[in-house]
Amino acid sequence: MRDVAIVSFAQSNVAVEDRNEIEMLLPVAKEAIEGSGLARDEIDFTCSGSSDWLQGQPFAFVMALDAVGSWPPIKESHVEQDGAWALYEAWVKIQTGEVGSALIYSFGKTSPGDIAQVQALQLDPYCGQPLWPDLDSLSGIQARSCLEAGVVTEKQMAEVACQALRNAQSNPHAVRKGDYTVEELLAKPYRVSPLRDHDCPANSDGVTVMVVVAGDRAKQLCDRPVWIRGFDHRIDPPALGVRDLTRIPSAALAAEKAGAADDKLDFVEITAPYSHQELILRKEFGLADDVQVNPSGGSLAAHTLMSCGLNRIGDAAVRIAAGGGDRALAHAGQGPCLQQNLAVVLEGD
Amino acid sequence: MTQRCGVIGVGQTKYDAKRIDVSMPGLLREAALRALEDAELTWSDIEAVVIGKAPDMFEGMMYPENYLADAIGATGKPLLRVHTAGSVGGSTANVAISMITSGIHDRVLTIAWEKQSESNAMWGLTLSPPFSVSVVAGAGGFFAPLIRTYIRRSNAPEDTGIRVALKDRQNAHKNPYAHLKIDDITFDQIANSPMLWDPIRYLESCPSSDGACAMVLTNESLAERTPRKPAWVHGTAMRSEPTQFARRDAVNPMAGRLAAQDLYKQAGIQDPRKEIDCMEIYVPFSWFEPMWMETMGFADEGEGWKLTYEGVTALDGSRPVNMSGGVLSSNPIGASGMCRYAEAANQVRGLAGEHQIDGARKALGHAYGGGSQYFSMVLFGDTRP
Repeated sequence: MRDVAIVSFAQSNVAVEDRNEIEMLLPVAKEAIEGSGLARDEIDFTCSGSSDWLQGQPFAFVMALDAVGSWPPIKESHVEQDGAWALYEAWVKIQTGEVGSALIYSFGKTSPGDIAQVQALQLDPYCGQPLWPDLDSLSGIQARSCLEAGVVTEKQMAEVACQALRNAQSNPHAVRKGDYTVEELLAKPYRVSPLRDHDCPANSDGVTVMVVVAGDRAKQLCDRPVWIRGFDHRIDPPALGVRDLTRIPSAALAAEKAGAADDKLDFVEITAPYSHQELILRKEFGLADDVQVNPSGGSLAAHTLMSCGLNRIGDAAVRIAAGGGDRALAHAGQGPCLQQNLAVVLEGD
Repeated sequence: MTQRCGVIGVGQTKYDAKRIDVSMPGLLREAALRALEDAELTWSDIEAVVIGKAPDMFEGMMYPENYLADAIGATGKPLLRVHTAGSVGGSTANVAISMITSGIHDRVLTIAWEKQSESNAMWGLTLSPPFSVSVVAGAGGFFAPLIRTYIRRSNAPEDTGIRVALKDRQNAHKNPYAHLKIDDITFDQIANSPMLWDPIRYLESCPSSDGACAMVLTNESLAERTPRKPAWVHGTAMRSEPTQFARRDAVNPMAGRLAAQDLYKQAGIQDPRKEIDCMEIYVPFSWFEPMWMETMGFADEGEGWKLTYEGVTALDGSRPVNMSGGVLSSNPIGASGMCRYAEAANQVRGLAGEHQIDGARKALGHAYGGGSQYFSMVLFGDTRP
């Protein structure tokens, strides 16, 4: 395997954006490219992740080419998935030896619509989708399954939210943050029983942009390259009735294949849009009690659909580069009740 | 390239306007099972799955890969979903090929599909998003002015497009999977069909199809031990450029030219006109055959129409194009690019059936998308590169 390092990362997340996706992307792409120390035409490959449903038009990603620079023509690809999977495609491309660097970006603007409702479109189109179960409700069913199985308690869920909102206070990109007690949070009303507002994702509009470079070139470009040491992604079956909703086996498998347990983890950045999912994932990843989870605040502090997974990976890389740890697991998850999961193990030089 | 890659299994569905006999998972399984059968493998032999389709709105689904995961044997495996506009069928295969050439996986299944009857692609293409201008004319409305520009520049005879359509519609009769087969099709029938978007006539346009295409890919050592002859990947290329800006030539796009040059370089092709035996290229409207022949370097600029006119691109010509009947005969949009790859692969495998070109040793697959701005290409050979 070729060593690949994250050499630059930039993001923008706000609760409600006035700008369109291209206007949001342009300055962040510029920041990430400049931060890499490479000129735009020195970056060999470009790969992005987004969803047409957020912009409400087909081929919505096409216009983004204007914001990231695509003349002369570029080697480029796109996944209709979170940007974390775009990073995976780029990492594979670098492993072929055809390219040595890549620009990865993703964007999502969900404020114009009801995103929990829109995500009902990801269900079985013949039997599930026509009922329009929104994602908050599906996640509520998962949380209820966990409560009834005795796997989590509402107090633990509130503790997760409490810690996330506290961590978010030092994250300038968080859109929800604050210092609350567990009792205060438990006193709040349900949005969808047993989920309260703070148990649900802090939906935001935003973009993330990353530059990765292979081998010695990465060492020349930054003081402390953050290396991708393991990378894998897996998917569980779609029918919610088939799955044990108290488990997320594909997350455990992806982390295992990425080698997460091979050495000590200093912290993890994971995509858990609903508080109970963080508790499930902690178990799936076999995290020791002293491993810090989501120093960024995670999805309970800022959750830009299609971009949040890449955002977690970028947050982890920035933290390692700044000396806030040597080895971390970053995770992206998508689909109803986190059906599809991706794991990256990052290490500082 | 760390590893060589071979296509060892190809599967296509019957293409039709409405495949109401199968669900979406049923459609993908039909293609995937045929590819696995061709490769003499089973679902459990597959390590990773790469799928692709055009916009989700064409079926009204978000993240269809989630719903399809178990139907395509991807549960517990890596599943990637590619979307690069109309070129996606080709790009999806290219990404799957990179899973092999990187050495990450040994056996990969790739599937591309469209089930247009689930929704309405014409509607899906003409949505009017806020603060933007919609052309409200579908793909034909977008491409007609480019074709008109090509005719003006090249002085091509006005019936060139009709000749392309006649050839492809005749070829379709030799392809058991083709959607549109018009009995005893004639030049006059095409010439007299309604003008949809001047200069594009009804019978010079692709149909809307349901269908899926799948391929099984393996590494070098496994490809050498496969029951049927593999198609060896000699090169893959992708290029993208912006939709609109002043210096862009949308008729003969630089992205297409660069991708072709990159492909030939990887495959060690000095003169594509002499060394490539046949090709399957993305021609949704008849005139794109001569246009792409120029972009791909098979004719000088302004001369592409002569290849059609002189019969060079006919099934019995010296460089046949779209032996299967092409996109003009079957257009499951997201799969159309992979169909080109699959048909090109089967040519060098000697398994193309009635439309087989005798002795085809090098075959090219091509797809394009967006506003003629996304390009994906592959070159297959009958021997290991």
